[in-house]
Amino acid sequence: MDYHSQIEINENSPQFSNRSSSALSVQPRASGGHSLREVSFSERGGPTSVRHGSRGAESEGFSASYKEIRDDDARLIYINDPEKTNDKFEFAGNSIRTGKYSALTFLPRNLFEQFHRVAYIYFLVIAILNQLPQLAVFGRGASIMPLAFVLLVTAVKDAYEDYRRHRSDKIENKRLAWVLVDESFQLVRWKDIRVGEIIRVCVDETLPCDMVLLSTSDSTGVAYVQTTNLDGESNLKTRYAKQETQMKNLENERISGLIKCEKPNRNIYGFQANMEIDGKHISLGPSNIILRGCELKNTEWTIGVAVFAGRETKAMLNNSGAPSKRSRLETSMNREIIFLSIFLCALCAIVSVLHGIWLRHHKGELDLMQFYRKKDYSEAEEDDYNYYGWGMEVFFVFLMSVIVFQIMIPISLYISMELVRVGQAFFMIRDNMMYDEASSSRFQCRALNINEDLGQIKYVFSDKTGTLTENKMEFQCASIGGIDYSSGNGSVEDSQTGNLGRGGEQVLRPKMKVKVDPELLNTSKRKHTNEGRHVHDFFLALAACNTIVPLTIETPDPAVKLIDYQGESPDEQALVYAAAAYGFMLVERTSGHIVIDVQGERQRFNVLGLHEFDSDRKRMSVILGCPDKAIKVFVKGADTSMFSVIDRSQNLNVLKATETHIQTYSSKGLRTLVIGVRDLSSLEFEQWQSSYEVASTALMGRASLLRKVANNVEHHLAILGSSAIEDKLQQGVPEAIESLRTAGIKVWVLTGDKQETAISIGYSSKLLTSMMTQIVINNNSHESCRKSLIEALLVSNKLADAPSGGSENSSHQLGLIIDGTSLVYILDSELEEQLFELASKCDVVLCCRVAPLQKAGIVALIKSRTDNMTLAIGDGANDVSMIQMADVGIGISGQEGRQAVMASDFAMGQFRFLVPLLLVHGHWNYNRMSYMILYNFYRNAVFVLLLFWYVLFTSYTLTTAITDWSSVLYSVLYTSVPTIIVGVLDKDLSRTSLLKHPQLYGAGQRQESYNGKLFWVTMLDMLWQSVAVFFVPLLAYWGSNVDGSSLGDLWTLGVVVMVNIHLAMDVTRWYWITHAAIWGSIIATFLCVIAIDMLPFLPGYWAFFHIVKTELFWVCLLLITIGALLPRFAVKVFVQYFGHNDIQIARETEKFGNSRRYSQTQIEMHQIFDLPQR
Amino acid sequence: MSSEDGPSKKVSRKPRYSRFTQQELPACKPILTPALVIGILMCLGIIFIPIGLLALSASENVVEVVDRYDDVCIPSTDQKVGFIKDPATNKTCIRTFTIPKKMRKPVYVYYQLDNFYQNHRRYVKSRSDRQLWNPKAESSTTPCDPEGQTGDGKPIVPCGLIAWSLFNDTYMLSKNDAALQINKKDIAWRSDRTHKFGSNIYPKNFQNGTLIGGGKLDESIPLSQQEDLMVWMRTSALPTFRKLYGRIETDLEANEKITVTIQNNYNTYSFNGKKKLVISTATWIGGKNDFIGKMYMAVGGTSIVLGVIFSLLYVFKPRPLGDPSYLSWNKSPTLD
Repeated sequence: MDYHSQIEINENSPQFSNRSSSALSVQPRASGGHSLREVSFSERGGPTSVRHGSRGAESEGFSASYKEIRDDDARLIYINDPEKTNDKFEFAGNSIRTGKYSALTFLPRNLFEQFHRVAYIYFLVIAILNQLPQLAVFGRGASIMPLAFVLLVTAVKDAYEDYRRHRSDKIENKRLAWVLVDESFQLVRWKDIRVGEIIRVCVDETLPCDMVLLSTSDSTGVAYVQTTNLDGESNLKTRYAKQETQMKNLENERISGLIKCEKPNRNIYGFQANMEIDGKHISLGPSNIILRGCELKNTEWTIGVAVFAGRETKAMLNNSGAPSKRSRLETSMNREIIFLSIFLCALCAIVSVLHGIWLRHHKGELDLMQFYRKKDYSEAEEDDYNYYGWGMEVFFVFLMSVIVFQIMIPISLYISMELVRVGQAFFMIRDNMMYDEASSSRFQCRALNINEDLGQIKYVFSDKTGTLTENKMEFQCASIGGIDYSSGNGSVEDSQTGNLGRGGEQVLRPKMKVKVDPELLNTSKRKHTNEGRHVHDFFLALAACNTIVPLTIETPDPAVKLIDYQGESPDEQALVYAAAAYGFMLVERTSGHIVIDVQGERQRFNVLGLHEFDSDRKRMSVILGCPDKAIKVFVKGADTSMFSVIDRSQNLNVLKATETHIQTYSSKGLRTLVIGVRDLSSLEFEQWQSSYEVASTALMGRASLLRKVANNVEHHLAILGSSAIEDKLQQGVPEAIESLRTAGIKVWVLTGDKQETAISIGYSSKLLTSMMTQIVINNNSHESCRKSLIEALLVSNKLADAPSGGSENSSHQLGLIIDGTSLVYILDSELEEQLFELASKCDVVLCCRVAPLQKAGIVALIKSRTDNMTLAIGDGANDVSMIQMADVGIGISGQEGRQAVMASDFAMGQFRFLVPLLLVHGHWNYNRMSYMILYNFYRNAVFVLLLFWYVLFTSYTLTTAITDWSSVLYSVLYTSVPTIIVGVLDKDLSRTSLLKHPQLYGAGQRQESYNGKLFWVTMLDMLWQSVAVFFVPLLAYWGSNVDGSSLGDLWTLGVVVMVNIHLAMDVTRWYWITHAAIWGSIIATFLCVIAIDMLPFLPGYWAFFHIVKTELFWVCLLLITIGALLPRFAVKVFVQYFGHNDIQIARETEKFGNSRRYSQTQIEMHQIFDLPQR
Repeated sequence: MSSEDGPSKKVSRKPRYSRFTQQELPACKPILTPALVIGILMCLGIIFIPIGLLALSASENVVEVVDRYDDVCIPSTDQKVGFIKDPATNKTCIRTFTIPKKMRKPVYVYYQLDNFYQNHRRYVKSRSDRQLWNPKAESSTTPCDPEGQTGDGKPIVPCGLIAWSLFNDTYMLSKNDAALQINKKDIAWRSDRTHKFGSNIYPKNFQNGTLIGGGKLDESIPLSQQEDLMVWMRTSALPTFRKLYGRIETDLEANEKITVTIQNNYNTYSFNGKKKLVISTATWIGGKNDFIGKMYMAVGGTSIVLGVIFSLLYVFKPRPLGDPSYLSWNKSPTLD
């Protein structure tokens, strides 16, 4: 079963995401001395007839694949025989090693991993080239130092992390578990557990490895596990032992059998295997396996056989991070890197060609020329010294110039970028504005390399449930028996007598309180009226027709216990809590029966059958044996699917009324479910039961058989009514959407809800306004889709052509509402193009009833056709594909579990945090990173050109006046810290201004801070600056008696001062750190130059002290700095003043704007972001 | 729906507020206001033009006599290289020139070589700095090849192409037939004399090979006193360079005739290098060089011009700073 089909089930029914619920079958057990009467069908068979774990939709996958597990793809596990199981020693033991290295392998492996990065390989190749004697441009030490430094720092960091992993591994491996050894359970260390062994786990213990369940303390074989460690979901999941093994007494009776299962894989929601036991073939699915890292809850003990151990467990296989994305900026940066490499090659070619010409020109003179001395006379035989012929010399000069000019490709930029991103992530994580009080969750940066993409988003694709809304479902009102109970003002009464159940002396109380409509409450107590019966049945259905597990929680008051309803669907939870509030409290659930406290009286209902939700039927049903012997089938489902199975011959009025009410509810943005009931005669029941038996034991096509059985019983229902659940909007959502739209971001909402609900949420979230023209497309054929698209395009064109009235531009805003069925016909067909054209004209797009893959398809529709950046935000498993498809994926860590977070690049608690994230952090990150990249290009290129100009005066032989150490330290030390500090800290605008004028975000969308034009302008500036920094000293000292080292020091200091002042000129906010970094770098450079010149074994000994004493030195330094930067300064000033750049004007407003306007903004800010704590 | 979380209140993971983490550190936000810009530009002009004038006048005050002698101090034959390499030929050459203006002491005597690439990669690397101050490192001559060792494997001190090609022309100056003393003491850097060139290192096996590159050294004088060598070994940055030969410690009056007796020993003929004798005074700007002065004038002038242009634009096309009506979305479409 693949992942997508998994989440699809979940998606199509947000109301019914019962992924691991089960189809419980007949439980003929005459146990329990309750006063309640059993509905007994025990004549239908002994224990053999009971079958568990036959899961509807999911079993489809593996029943079909029953034959598909081929022997070579399978792992064979002999139960309770680990030696035989692992006779080839091919399965991993259970000891885990998340540590990558051991003491011995650390050095080679760590180096190997580090050199996976292209940048390091470039470094290495250059360093190796430099070691060849013919090419030794730099000293050995100087050429290796930067690489060694980077490698060392990374290695130390890796070693430390690995040490910590080793320590935690050790603790993990030493934990103890009960393993069946010699027919009794003994405590064994986790690391010694082997595949095939039988393990017993007690309640609240963590599972040591992936196991197939054999039996549990529950006689029906149910076990509950909490998978928080695995996927973050805190709900209990139900797992089943197969009845064949459940019945065995494992301690006394030696069990043997064979499990043939798939190879270890990462899919935590999928598992397929066959078990052969006592000559029977049983197929196993994901509901029969419990995974390492989960905790056993609510189940006294469970026994299982280890199938995957250690590093082969699903938890371990899932231990890797999110897929890495590459930021837009980095991609376009690579284009410029290519330009720079071409430029580098050109420089090298020029040098080598000129050198060749020079050699040709001086061919005859080379032997005797004092500074060349081709001949070596020291040996007896006259020989060429270090001369390899003209061609080779030219070639060597080419390679040498690559070495000398290597930093043209700014390798240090990659490292700086990583550091800057870490810094930016630090600030995003620590931002109080993006801290969610409710879930006490901080912002999370899961991907570290796309921070700057946040500043360029053009499209936001948002899920609705759980993202725009809280996904805390709240029962609002109901229509029961055609009467609408929504008028009453709800009140939370603490001492409602109706909602207290008595368990002996103890009082049970639901954990959540629900507003109660007094009228409905009263009606529910009048049992003998017609309405009263309806209401009674209605709430009984709510309490029974679900897969919720009630858990009792102790409270400080020993007389009171709380009931917590655990389940995977928030809708079901809301309904059960509502039923409890009206006096129908679900108290106990086992696989065979449920106990409901009906207005103070405990009643036991036998669960005779349960047809779980599937996406085809869009409904679920439960068959109950009531205390009064009646057998009823309760069905609950989406309105569309329910109305088709409701018997229209009876109660037509009620039906009509209910339909109207549902319309009203969904127009209010409420989620509606329709509930129906039917009495089953015993004949019907027996028919059903036999066909159910057949279907659930079928090996092939079990799911479809079960569906057929369900359809046979779910018909001719009497309507009970419909429930309405409110899915509350999250705080600040309308304001956030408003801000995003002002920022020029198109917000699309993709939801699984129905059209009316989607539209009403659209209105309440201010996505749609009454000013908008709505285009609705819901068709169910290719042709009609084409037609409505063409019509819609015409409409949109007409509106666009219409003269914009004197009023504001909002007069012809367009909203497109399209549903999933239409998308089926449009996506992946030629209509896509038209849809894109239409959608790009619309201001708002709402897609309802969409499946997860369609969500991804819509994102892809935009992503493939425009250059614009897309962002997807969602909270559920159904959003995973969309999150991974979009350029930036954001997960809301909310109610629906954590799959979305796991797949996302960033995760946060609330939708409204998108505003500070994009408008503030995104804007900053983008600007900072863009500036840093451009500056790094400039900084390195200016130095390379400085070296290049000098080479032209050394007969093209790549001598550098600047010492080796200074050339190496230039990009590592002299100029690196300020760019990183500025990249992390500089802010072009304050948070307040950015939030006040969301339009400022447009700068990122238009790529204003980094584009080809800016690159070339920067390069032009670089050219001028390199000329200034080189030729000022050259011409000032031309023909003087200055020596190379002194002039080299002047050039070093000149270029460092110049690039640092250049940076200083562009800094908009001076913190003390910025001051320290910039001026500190200049001082550090002076100190380094001094230190280098104090080494007596270098030719430049003491040169600095000689040149620094002369006035000419200082005059040159001043002239370099001012002369080089004057053009830049002038252009900057003129552009700022006359360019009418929004950012510049906002910055001025920030400083000079009047205070009245300012204070207003702050009040606004408080409204949106400083929400009262809950 | 209200939640009864009870006593199990989670510890808040809320990031601790600090001005640093919220990026609200106090900061200076300089804005380039027109007044500031005009001020900066004018200030630059006001600072740069006087410095330029000072530099120009300093350069103007330098008195410099340059005499190229390599082409005249050699018989005009085709065998220039043969002549210069032949130790037997008489290479004395007499040149005279007049002092154009009064030269105040100290007057520096330089030799200038053109087209001599003392910064050639083969050349600059060919030295052993270790050997020059550490007697134990005498034999560390690896970087010096091809002048590291003699034919029979003895280390050359000082080794390398740089030392080997030591400049060895000599000048004898006389003024009005009276010898003019050239002080050759302290022409090298003090740091070189005291630290870089050892006082216990003596030249060895120097210039013994078949190919003579330049001057010889007195093997009885330690390197720390061989100042010509030290000057020469401070390799020049550029292919046209001067090196200090000595100082004249007397004033030279205008129109005085100076006669120089040159021993034209050094071979620049093999690569068409020029040799010049330079007698010059010095100022803070160094020798005679207008470049700095002119550049300062140019930069200062440009600043002032820019300042004026900017002021004019400011007057004729003013834009109030920080006026929100200039924000692109606040402009009415008709203005676009």
